[in-house]
Amino acid sequence: MMAYIIRRILYAIPILLGVNILTFMLFFVVNSPDDMARMNLGMKRVTPEAVENWKQERGYHLPLLYNSGREGAASITETIFFQKSVKLFKFDFGSSDNGRDIGYDISQRMWPSLAIAIPVLLVGLLVNITYALLIAFFRATYIDFWSVVLCVVMMSISGLFYIIGGQYLVSKLLHLVPISGYDTGLEAIKFLVLPTIIGVIGGIGSGTRWYRTLFLEEINKEYVRTARAKGLSETLVLFRHVLRNALIPILTGVVVVLPLLFMGSLITESFFGIPGLGSYTIDAINSQDFAIVRSMVFLGSVLYILGLILTDISYTVVDPRVRLT
Amino acid sequence: MIDHVVVLWTDALIFLLLILALLFALYAARKPHLRRPWRAVVRSRVGVGALVVLSFYLLVGLFDSVHYHPLVAAGESGNENERSVEVISLLDNLVSGLRERQEKTYSAPLATHLYAKERIERADGSSVREFPRLHFGGAHLHDPATERNADLLKLSAIGIVKGLLATLILANLLIVLLAVHRRSDFGTLAREVLWARTDIPWRVVLGVSGIMLVLLFWGGELSSKYHLFGTDKVGEDVLYQALKSIRTGLVIGTLTTLVMLPAAILLGIMAGYFRGWVDDLIQYLYTTLNSIPGVLLIAAAILMLQIYMSNHADEFNSLVERADLRLLFLCIILGVTSWTGLCRLLRGESLKLREIDYVQAATAFGVGHLQIITRHILPNVLHIVLIAVVLDFSGLVLAEAVLSYVNIGVDPTMNSWGNMINSARLEMAREPIVWWSLAAAMLFMFTLVLAANLFSDVVRDAFDPRLRSSR
Repeated sequence: MMAYIIRRILYAIPILLGVNILTFMLFFVVNSPDDMARMNLGMKRVTPEAVENWKQERGYHLPLLYNSGREGAASITETIFFQKSVKLFKFDFGSSDNGRDIGYDISQRMWPSLAIAIPVLLVGLLVNITYALLIAFFRATYIDFWSVVLCVVMMSISGLFYIIGGQYLVSKLLHLVPISGYDTGLEAIKFLVLPTIIGVIGGIGSGTRWYRTLFLEEINKEYVRTARAKGLSETLVLFRHVLRNALIPILTGVVVVLPLLFMGSLITESFFGIPGLGSYTIDAINSQDFAIVRSMVFLGSVLYILGLILTDISYTVVDPRVRLT
Repeated sequence: MIDHVVVLWTDALIFLLLILALLFALYAARKPHLRRPWRAVVRSRVGVGALVVLSFYLLVGLFDSVHYHPLVAAGESGNENERSVEVISLLDNLVSGLRERQEKTYSAPLATHLYAKERIERADGSSVREFPRLHFGGAHLHDPATERNADLLKLSAIGIVKGLLATLILANLLIVLLAVHRRSDFGTLAREVLWARTDIPWRVVLGVSGIMLVLLFWGGELSSKYHLFGTDKVGEDVLYQALKSIRTGLVIGTLTTLVMLPAAILLGIMAGYFRGWVDDLIQYLYTTLNSIPGVLLIAAAILMLQIYMSNHADEFNSLVERADLRLLFLCIILGVTSWTGLCRLLRGESLKLREIDYVQAATAFGVGHLQIITRHILPNVLHIVLIAVVLDFSGLVLAEAVLSYVNIGVDPTMNSWGNMINSARLEMAREPIVWWSLAAAMLFMFTLVLAANLFSDVVRDAFDPRLRSSR
């Protein structure tokens, strides 16, 4: 088990290196730092000195891959690739293009993101599983049919509509909670209720439908028939046998996304003005702060790979038949 | 005429896709294992209903994909055949009324007055603040307050009657064609269709087309005199914007898959078939791409494109071309982020297929790799490709809206539902609120995505027998 985990972590290194090279290509080779400087300083009437200054301040004045002006190891380390890309492996994100420490910002903004993402995940799971079980109980009836229709209809509505509609209805017409904003401590709850509810509602369509197929797959298996033949009631069969076995794919599906919860939701956070990592990313994209986008790409990849490893481990936990070698 | 046609990149690709689809249809018609599931699709009531709605959208999209330089109106220039520098599409020509009837600013759906009060000079020299009349919306009425409702009712009635007539003509045409095809008489077939006794549910086809036609004529009749969905900030008709957005949505939904298909099929099959280091390399490639959060990769790529475009502004002849290239680039980058799923599926399937007897036999006979792949593996994974294409479509249409909201979607000058929703964010904060842009975008998008979702369900059930058993 331990050996397996270590091997997986070692295997992650070439992948992260690949991610790094890809972002490096995108950000520094396709467009030179000069282009970025001009973009940030405004396109018209930029003096070469201003461009040079901008690059100097942010450390973009170094050569890309090899610094012929330096001796020994410094010819490798004093380059953009080493300074901006390789250092990410130490989780040294450096400073953003407007001079803030990215690592500090991330550690601060992580918590509001989690405060939204975790309730949405948990409540969503509860609602979806309950609804899907209900549908499975009434399978092949009109309740089943119309529930599936409802799911497809809900899936077809854009997530943006849920947010805009929900904000308008709850905050603007009914004045129940503030439209957007955030606060520390328990005060935050009134800002979190609406995004959570909307997040859950937005996920019901696809979630419930997916869980319904999982349940129906289990229901058709032999052991369920045996359980019924023993004389167990339908509810007991559903809860004790079907639910427990269907939980395996559900749980492993959840584990994959667990690390990515840190990244927050781009759309929800920016609509509700929550200072999490999602809105951090959006702000960076809109203000064209490349240092932040690069850091978030790297962080996202790390978390994704972590999710894959956790999934493998969770398989062995919930299903003893699976052995990792 | 021909030399005035402008072929944009996405136009060319759309028609290429259309040709490919037709070729595939011809190919599928000759292969029983592909014909059977398609027959199941067109025999399902949900399937044909969704197909009819989709084809209405497709038609609008295709009309909007033929671009040309229009004639300059006579009188503006001496030369009779002079062409304008502006690029418009056939659709623009069809609904030129919608395009040209610009108001000053916001106006509510079917309104006769502007949304905001303005200072108006009276004939006697005094000035008052009131809602000014629209230039076009209900301009034919003398006293809107009393005449408008009656006029709306009259126009609606005319539109609905026209729509019903069109449906009736369509129904008769269809039944005559069917009767000729089956060598049976009109009366029997009409009864069969009406009582839903035909194999293909023609009654559903007619019903759904009827609803669409009635809506079309009703909307057309009303928007000839009013703005059916109101006007936006600069006074442009919202219905026109929503119609133009159809093409953007379709392009994103279809071209993205077209772009990613070759890579996904080739690499997926190669990884599963050759195994060994090829497999390792390809797996490494897609794990790496997959581990980058999609939105961020798209954001990074689009940011880079923006820089490139602003540094090379002189390479683009017109705004339309520039917007079009950005759309194509968005499709490509969306394709890069979404091909991995299909690639993985194909790899798994090829791994299974290469161990199957007939492939083993072919290997033993010394058949080359290329031939095994094209003759034995590829035809047996086509259904997976097809399901993936259809399933991805609705997700991509929805993704466009989200990306445009983050400003990393299509060009801001391009009509798209995402851009409409994006502008609606500020409009919702106005007092009284401007809801019609949002409503129109949502309505059009919802209809398309719902139809696509229903259709993809039917296609998946027809092609994937394993899933069918669990229903």
